[in-house]
Amino acid sequence: MDAIILQILNGLDKGSAYALIALGLTLIFGTLGVVNFAHGALFMIGAFVAVTVSRLLTLSHQVIDETRTDFLGNPLKVDVPYIYGWFGESTGAAIIDWAVPISILIAIPVMILIGVIMERGLIKHFYKRPHADQILVTFGLAIVLQEIIKYFYGANPIPTPAPQAFVGSFDFGALIGFDANSIIYPYWRLVYFGFSMVIITAVFAFLQFTTFGMVVRAGMADRETVGLLGINIDKRFTIMFGIAAAVAGLAGVMYTPINSPNYHMGMDFLVLSFVVVVVGGMGSLPGAVAAGFLLGILESFASMGAVIDLIPGINQVIIYLVAIVILLTRPRGLMGRKGVMEE
Amino acid sequence: MSKSTLTRRGLLKTSAVAGAGLATPTVFGGAAWSAGHTGFTNAPEGSTVTLGFNVPQTGPYADEGADELRAYELAVEHLNGDGDGGMLPTFSSKVLDGTGIMGKKVEYVTGDTQTKSDAARASARSMIEKDGAIMITGGSSSGVAVAVQALCQEAGVIFMAGLTHSNDTTGKDKKANGFRHFFNSYMSGAALAPVLAANYGTDRKAYHLTADYNWGYTTEQAIKESTEAIGWETVNTVLTPLTQTDFSSYIAPVLQSGADVLVLNHYGGNMVNSLTNAVQFGLREAQANGKNFEIVVPLYSRLMAKGAGANVKGIFGSTNWHWSLPDEGSQAFTRSFGTKYGFPPSQAAHTCYVQTLLYADAVQRAGSFNPCAVVEALEGFEFDGLGNGPTLYRAEDHQCFKDVLVVKGKENPTSEFDLLEIVEITPVEQVTYAPDHPQFAGGALGTCNPGA
Repeated sequence: MDAIILQILNGLDKGSAYALIALGLTLIFGTLGVVNFAHGALFMIGAFVAVTVSRLLTLSHQVIDETRTDFLGNPLKVDVPYIYGWFGESTGAAIIDWAVPISILIAIPVMILIGVIMERGLIKHFYKRPHADQILVTFGLAIVLQEIIKYFYGANPIPTPAPQAFVGSFDFGALIGFDANSIIYPYWRLVYFGFSMVIITAVFAFLQFTTFGMVVRAGMADRETVGLLGINIDKRFTIMFGIAAAVAGLAGVMYTPINSPNYHMGMDFLVLSFVVVVVGGMGSLPGAVAAGFLLGILESFASMGAVIDLIPGINQVIIYLVAIVILLTRPRGLMGRKGVMEE
Repeated sequence: MSKSTLTRRGLLKTSAVAGAGLATPTVFGGAAWSAGHTGFTNAPEGSTVTLGFNVPQTGPYADEGADELRAYELAVEHLNGDGDGGMLPTFSSKVLDGTGIMGKKVEYVTGDTQTKSDAARASARSMIEKDGAIMITGGSSSGVAVAVQALCQEAGVIFMAGLTHSNDTTGKDKKANGFRHFFNSYMSGAALAPVLAANYGTDRKAYHLTADYNWGYTTEQAIKESTEAIGWETVNTVLTPLTQTDFSSYIAPVLQSGADVLVLNHYGGNMVNSLTNAVQFGLREAQANGKNFEIVVPLYSRLMAKGAGANVKGIFGSTNWHWSLPDEGSQAFTRSFGTKYGFPPSQAAHTCYVQTLLYADAVQRAGSFNPCAVVEALEGFEFDGLGNGPTLYRAEDHQCFKDVLVVKGKENPTSEFDLLEIVEITPVEQVTYAPDHPQFAGGALGTCNPGA
């Protein structure tokens, strides 16, 4: 039983990332009708916003320490962050420690801007082109973006730790009456899950309870009629693209303490996120979220030793197997709308 | 006015001949090599000789590849008499004098392996066929090393392997034209086991997470056998997909398995992520079977340690070489590399630099670029002064036998390059094995191929 609870917990944080990326993907598809293969790259860029903020906060000048030597035998040059001089060492260290949460504030405008530039600069030219063209151009864009990141940051993963307050794990098993050490769960993964729930709720609330959201939903249902009413729906959809980019970016920022970011991390999530969107139903926001968590949890279960012993290799194919079964039984996905991608 | 004599039958015959010609491998067909050369593939003409550096310039190991390339450039510089000479003055063999190789200036071309076997073979093939490279060297993966080694055997050029740790490179996939200076999985196990016994005791239960590819299998087998020999029990071995990025679902069951040690048979990004996840799940602070839970990483690299950050602190592993080694050769290389590039060399850089020098030295001693003469000069060659102490290039499998380093993640690093500390220099006798050892069973060197 404890093993099952543990894998559900593991699936929740993995599912959170899938859900956040898939939410943005399906939002873009639902509004603009674009299959955006560059969405994984937005997740990756978000993670590198955190890396950049962390590097900016640790910008340093060098002080020579005569008591120690470097690898060439010269006096050691010790890096001292400028921020120590501005705020004092303890406050400066605390600010650096909280680099990832601070990055959230910076990532929101940066990602919205990147999203709007991406949509206005490139993707809008492909609205009326076939989906295959959209996939090619956005996939090409994803490769360009990841190569740019690799050029500036290298190919090696860059450790970007969580604040000290969230380092380590807690004994969830002991809390609910199981043996000690039976269900250990890292604090930051819990934070990630909570954060993703807040973002998902915020996106749904924005679409449900604001006039802007109402117009966007109306546009998703019938773009032409909304246009005939004199509403500039294109402008709103561009903003929605920016919001979708911000959601992916925030998912990336918060993911950096879970796995050290590298230029390729977007591609690692992209294919799975597309499966999530398809399973959830193209264009369905609740479907994307539900499928994200469902597939995340199933993937965790399939990685259990007992399951692999029973069906070797199941951990590598489970998501695709489930996708096949769902698409065979429900061709529109779990919550897909009639008429979407069926023309 | 010309009159066409082409008939239907004639056209069919011509097409068949042309088709057969196209179907014949054009790259390494004997005749293709002999043009302009005498007796062996790409025999150098004129005053220069071209070496082919085949390293990952794109893909996940691009940073490691960049360090290898830096080392190769340094080696070429030193062979041609530029710079401070690096390890040439410390090398026990004194035939290299800074005038290139056999009086020919050393030039080089580079290829991008992308850490993919197919791409690596294509780039090696291009360097041999188009650029006239007489020797191919480099790489950051065993899959690539085995693939390129086989190609070089076919082509009749020497392959001096870069970073490749799988037993198979000089085990079942060994080739007469291929040579490996880097250590291997068996040696990691043999070096690590006594240190693990001394630090963690002999009553331990190990759980292995292993990357699902050739290197993972040989490393798991080597560590499993060597730790079981000191009394450890292997509780479970689990294969993880090479493309896995989040290892939480593999790590979470470890504590419930009854194990008190986790062995991560992972390299590169896999290792960075699995170790980070293991630390996140509190394994470093956990207690199991009344003991502190421990993590072991059989193969360390500095770039991996950098990627994993503070998570490597206190964790044991093994490595081929480290810039802090005090011997004269290591210090000369570190000084030379550090002065040129501003940071110390990695173990990948070291092995690549040394391999280039060893090849050049073998040619010089043999008095010929003929691959078979080079093979003869390298087989059974004993040398010193290139780091790692006295070393033997064993004739039976073309594997170097030398001291192996057991290292530990440093508690208080002084810089981003100072992440590992040497715990023990394991003497060569302890990591030496018989050529017919079961972990290296199968395959045969065969005979050298001069090509042409």
